[in-house]
Amino acid sequence: MTSFVKPNINLKNAKRNALGLTRHDYEGAMSTLCAGCGHDSVTACMAKAFFELSIEPHNAVKISGIGCSSKTTAYFLREAHGINTVHGRMPSVATGAAAANAGLTYIGVSGDGDSLSIGMGQFAHAIRRNVNMLYVLENNGVYGLTKGQFSASADVGSKSKKGEVNLSPPIDPVTLALSLGATFVARAFSGDREQLVPLIKAGLKHNGFGLIDIISPCVSFNDHVGSTKSYAHTYKYYHPAVHADYVPMNEEIKTSYQAGEAMPVELHDGGSIILRKIDEDYNPRDRGAAYAQITERASKGEIVTGLLYIDETQDDMAAMNRLTSRPLNTLPYDELCPGEAALADLQTLYR
Amino acid sequence: MNAPDGFKRQDTASPTDTTDPDYFHKVVDCQWACPAHTPVPGYIRLIAQGRFSDAYIMNRESNVFPGILGRVCDRPCEPACRRDRVEDEAVAICRLKRVAADHKDDITDRLPKKPAQTNGKRIALIGAGPASFTVANDLAPLGYECVIIERYGVPGGLMRSNIPAFRLPENILTEELGYILDMGVELRLNSPVSSMKALLDEGYDAVFVGTGAPKGKELNLPGRQDSDNIHIGIDWLESVAFEHTKSIGKKVLIIGVGNTAMDCCRTSLRLGADDVKVMARKPRSFFKASAWELEDAEAENVDIIVNHSPKAFIIKNGVLTGMLFEMMNYELDEAGAIKSQKVTGEVEIACDDVILAIGQENSFPWIERDAGLDFGKWDMPVVDEVTFQSTLSNVFFGGDSAFGPKNIIWAVEHGHQAAISIHQHCQGKPVSERLTNGVKLSSTKMGMFEWRYSNSFDGAERRVMPHVELTKRFKDLGTEVELGFTAEQAATEVQRCLNCDIQTVFDAPLCTECDACIDICPVDCLSMTPDADEAVLRNVLENPALNEEQALYVSAGLPLTGRVMIKDENICLHCGLCAERCPTAAWDMQESEIIIHHVEDMVPGAST
Repeated sequence: MTSFVKPNINLKNAKRNALGLTRHDYEGAMSTLCAGCGHDSVTACMAKAFFELSIEPHNAVKISGIGCSSKTTAYFLREAHGINTVHGRMPSVATGAAAANAGLTYIGVSGDGDSLSIGMGQFAHAIRRNVNMLYVLENNGVYGLTKGQFSASADVGSKSKKGEVNLSPPIDPVTLALSLGATFVARAFSGDREQLVPLIKAGLKHNGFGLIDIISPCVSFNDHVGSTKSYAHTYKYYHPAVHADYVPMNEEIKTSYQAGEAMPVELHDGGSIILRKIDEDYNPRDRGAAYAQITERASKGEIVTGLLYIDETQDDMAAMNRLTSRPLNTLPYDELCPGEAALADLQTLYR
Repeated sequence: MNAPDGFKRQDTASPTDTTDPDYFHKVVDCQWACPAHTPVPGYIRLIAQGRFSDAYIMNRESNVFPGILGRVCDRPCEPACRRDRVEDEAVAICRLKRVAADHKDDITDRLPKKPAQTNGKRIALIGAGPASFTVANDLAPLGYECVIIERYGVPGGLMRSNIPAFRLPENILTEELGYILDMGVELRLNSPVSSMKALLDEGYDAVFVGTGAPKGKELNLPGRQDSDNIHIGIDWLESVAFEHTKSIGKKVLIIGVGNTAMDCCRTSLRLGADDVKVMARKPRSFFKASAWELEDAEAENVDIIVNHSPKAFIIKNGVLTGMLFEMMNYELDEAGAIKSQKVTGEVEIACDDVILAIGQENSFPWIERDAGLDFGKWDMPVVDEVTFQSTLSNVFFGGDSAFGPKNIIWAVEHGHQAAISIHQHCQGKPVSERLTNGVKLSSTKMGMFEWRYSNSFDGAERRVMPHVELTKRFKDLGTEVELGFTAEQAATEVQRCLNCDIQTVFDAPLCTECDACIDICPVDCLSMTPDADEAVLRNVLENPALNEEQALYVSAGLPLTGRVMIKDENICLHCGLCAERCPTAAWDMQESEIIIHHVEDMVPGAST
């Protein structure tokens, strides 16, 4: 928490994006999270990603549930649409919004409690439906807002601030998402913005459900010796396997990607994601192999990060359900509400 | 002090050495740029608290003449101001100094006193200008018998004779010179020194020459000697100041476009001229006058005419009727330098008087060349740049007489340094033995999110100095044009200061590498990155640190990853958000007091 607002400085020579906006135009209210919270870094990375993609703030939608992570939607994109939903219900609200207006960019921000405990069912079904959104899961292994009880993502053997050891096995959002058929699965660390910003950009541009599980240490309740979600532990064991860069349509792909190690994945919008393997043995295009690698490495204590799996060939929710691509609020009334006769016809179909 | 070399890293492996007193001093750009190193942010905070007397005294310790300099300083501090680089205009530092001087209480009991007894050392100070007065200010309270010897009937030097009263009222000058005379300094007026040898024979322990650069440059063109209406700028201003000249013709041409030219044109308007043109040989980018002096002159409807090179004075029947100019055309290169020039024609401009303001130079007709001190290039005395000692060990120079025309604030600094040398000389110690600068850091943390300085950024624009209405300012030469800031203006302007002396001090071993400081920084001047050459590091930042005159701070290796924290000093707002967000207090906001020694620090027990 801070005593005053972050000033908006009209810096001479400030960088501007294609819309003429500066990064500060993508910021929001002052964060009230603890000083040093990983979530604030994630917030800054999200603001930067939207800035670099030149997304108009008023064409973005931020949705969240309840928790420290869910507060952060107030701290970026002050001019975007946004809703704080009931605890764990962010995915269904996002699903409805995406169905009503496919023309906006959706970002959901949630935490390990909101997603893996109370909201587990919603989380799973948003993945199944392949809702066209980026789902950011700020994962710190504790319920920070209620003073640090273990969450469902806490590792076996991880110690609480008071020294208590967690015995329940964790739910890993990444392997869970892979098993549910997710089409974009990534893991990152709030302390590595060079990796995270491009991942957020790629996730926003991916057609379908994108998950980024971000280790985001809780500086107040889970940043001590014995914790497996502390800054020190994560810096020590995290292991970038695949780097992803988003390259928009019409932009030349940089030649610095050497042949063989760079894999372009074409996106629906004409742009592409360039995958760069850091770990040669890792294959982000094979769901089974990715699952096996991640679980095997996790058993050794390694935290594999990067864009761990991508499949751009699957239909998203709108395509699967043959939804209109036009926002509902732009449809003429008689098209939106075709009347009693049309309803009767529809009902007849099911009799 | 000369321009810094940017504190470039010597090698990749070493962190920035912030224990070097110059490192944090350089961050306080205004103080670094000030020849006398006035602690600007410190006194601005005192003004903000309404402590005008304290602000005045803090100023006075460095620059001796806050009331005078608050009006007519050349303000090297303002172009250096960080605020100017961050978003808009510099803080009005100079005019805030005047606020302190105008609103202070009686501070006479806080000034150094005339000592109960002298130390028997007699110092002759030639020329009653700012340099000599500064030497006297520093030495008299220590017991030195200082005698200021002045050729005219009033003290002040060029501050009195060349700066018009509408910019610097006489009472301000008298007050601040008076403070020094009250320290037991003897002032001998109407006493021109005609022989250095004779003066040396009088047995002074040291002689300080502070006679300025009193000779205006000539412009020897046809007709120059044929009229009495062609004046040398600084002589003419002096004649006006001493009320020998009380009028001038209607049409006046000023040749030259420096600050003296600005004073000449504006003085002409007050002596009866109604058509004043300042004639410049080159385009505006080459003008020597300060931007604000040009602005003030143009506000008084002075025409500034560029690209006219004087060719001849036109005298008809013994009367000056005008001047002939060649019209110039310049081709400039990308850097703005003149590539080529050509004359495109000639033009005659009518006038009644011409004032030549094309520069001034030194003149020492009274120093015999066999008096024992060497003269070097351009017939200037050989003077040491640090000690101000001439080649005759008991003769010292300062102000414009040392190295040619500069300005008042440089003269003050020369005076401080010469005083140290004179003291060392009189004590039989080497003049090269001097105290080195220091820096004292103290945390400003008061508690959670509380600092003992106003750290929030104030987006207000620079306040505009109110002036006397145009219709009211020309009747009387002594009507001060600038009115001084109103209370509201001063209150706003002080908050524009970024408090650059409150330093961001980083303690690498405490850092948990959480990125909080980087995320919160409103100007993106921080980053954590693998160590590399400075050139690489400068480009790692979100806003690359391209201004190489400003230091790039590089920390020691961080505990978790071995990366380094880097910070571009160039645009840091000193807002303290990094320190507020830091969970481990690895960042702290610490006030840096730059210790600049004056002669009193060399005398045990004399420090106030």
